[in-house]
Amino acid sequence: MNYIWLGLMVIALIFGAINGRIDAVTKAAVDNAAAAVAIALGLIGIMALWLGIMKIAEKGGIIRILSRAIRPLAKLLFPSIPSDHPAIGAMLMNMIANWLGLGNAATPLGLKAMEELQTLNKSKDTATNDMATFLALNTATICLIPMTVIAVRVQLGSGNPFEIISTTIVASTCAMIAGVTTAKLFQRLPTFRKSDPNRTKEESENDAGASHD
Amino acid sequence: MTDSIVYAAGDSLATIAQTSQELTPSFFVTLMKNFSTWAIPALIFLALILGWYKKVKVYEAFIDGAKEGFTVAIKIIPYLVAILVAIGMFRASGAMDGFVALLSPLTNLIGMPAETLPVALMRPLSGSGALGLVTELMKIHGPDSFIGRVSSTMWGSTETTFYVIAVYFGAVGVRRVRHSIAAGLVGDAVGLIAAVLICRIVFG
Repeated sequence: MNYIWLGLMVIALIFGAINGRIDAVTKAAVDNAAAAVAIALGLIGIMALWLGIMKIAEKGGIIRILSRAIRPLAKLLFPSIPSDHPAIGAMLMNMIANWLGLGNAATPLGLKAMEELQTLNKSKDTATNDMATFLALNTATICLIPMTVIAVRVQLGSGNPFEIISTTIVASTCAMIAGVTTAKLFQRLPTFRKSDPNRTKEESENDAGASHD
Repeated sequence: MTDSIVYAAGDSLATIAQTSQELTPSFFVTLMKNFSTWAIPALIFLALILGWYKKVKVYEAFIDGAKEGFTVAIKIIPYLVAILVAIGMFRASGAMDGFVALLSPLTNLIGMPAETLPVALMRPLSGSGALGLVTELMKIHGPDSFIGRVSSTMWGSTETTFYVIAVYFGAVGVRRVRHSIAAGLVGDAVGLIAAVLICRIVFG
C-alpha cells in the first residue's frame, strides 16, 4: 500500500506539473479530502441501520442457519476459522448483499466481518491470510445485476439495456475466481509467509531452516 | 480524456442492436426492477419476523447493533482521506492518458477497443469516475454499440479495489495489507480482460 499510495501521489504531481494542471491537482486534493469525510459521515446512518438489523438476524438465528449451509465452502476458503465463528456469518451476509447489488448494505456488513476477523488476528496492524482472501472476494465480487450501469443504458435509449447482465456475470465471476486464487497462492510465497501474523512457531523455524539450505 | 474518437458503428452491430430491440423481454425488465425494489424491505422483514418468532427483543437488539455504526464510520476517515486524495490528484493530473498510450499496444492484442481502455484503468480507482467514462462512451457511440456493451460489462466486472481495501482495513486499523492489493489487482485485470473476451463472443 505504501508504494501504491506513493506512486499515485508522485505520478499525479509530476504529470500535473508537466500537463500544466497543477492547480487542478491541488484542487482535487482539497476537494477529495472534504469528500472523504462526507462519505464517512454519510456512512454512520447506514452503518447503524444495517448493524442493527444484522444484530436482530444474529439473535434470531438466521445467520447461524445460513452459516451452517455454507460450511463446506467456508472450510475451503477460510480453513483457519472455526466453523461456528461469527466471522463466517458476517462474511456470508456481506457476500449476499454484494451479489444482490445492495451496495449500501454490503459495506456495513463487510466492516462487521472485518471486525470479527480481527478478533482472530494475533498482530492487529497486519492483515491475516483470511482477511486477504475476504478482501479478494470483495474487490472482485460476482455482480448479478449491475443496476447503476443499466439505469444509464435505459436513459440513453438502449434497445436492450439488460443484455449486458449475462456478460457481466461471466466477467465478474472470472474476476472473483482469479482474485481468490491469487490470494490463496500468494499467501504461500516466502515473503507473505514471513509476514503472516498467525503463523506458528514451527512454521517460522521451518522457514528459517529452509533458507539455510 | 483526449483519446481518439472513432464514430464508425459497423453495419453488423447495428443489425444486432436492432434484433435485440425486438427481443426485449418486458417481463424480465419488470422482474429486475421489482427485485431491486423489494430485496431490502424483504431482508428487513425476514430478520424482524424471525427475531420476533424466536422471542428476540428486537428493539433492544437493533439499538445494540446500531451503536457500533458510529465508531466504525469515524475510524475509517483517515484511510478514506488518504486514498481518495491520491486518486483525485491522479485523475486531475491527466496521468491516465500516459498510461493509456503505454498500454494500448497490449490491449489491442486481445481486441479491446482503444476507447474503452480508460474505463478499464479507472475502474479499480473510482466507481463514479468509471461510470462517467462509460456514460460518455455510450453517448458518443450509442449504448448498443460494441464499445457501449464492452464498457458497460467492464463497469460491472469488478469493484473499486483501492477504495474497498482502504475502507475495510481502515475499519480495523490494519496498515500492512500484505498480498491483498496484488490479489485485488489480478482480479481486476482478469475481470476486465474477461469482459472484452465474453463481449466478443456474445456480441461479435
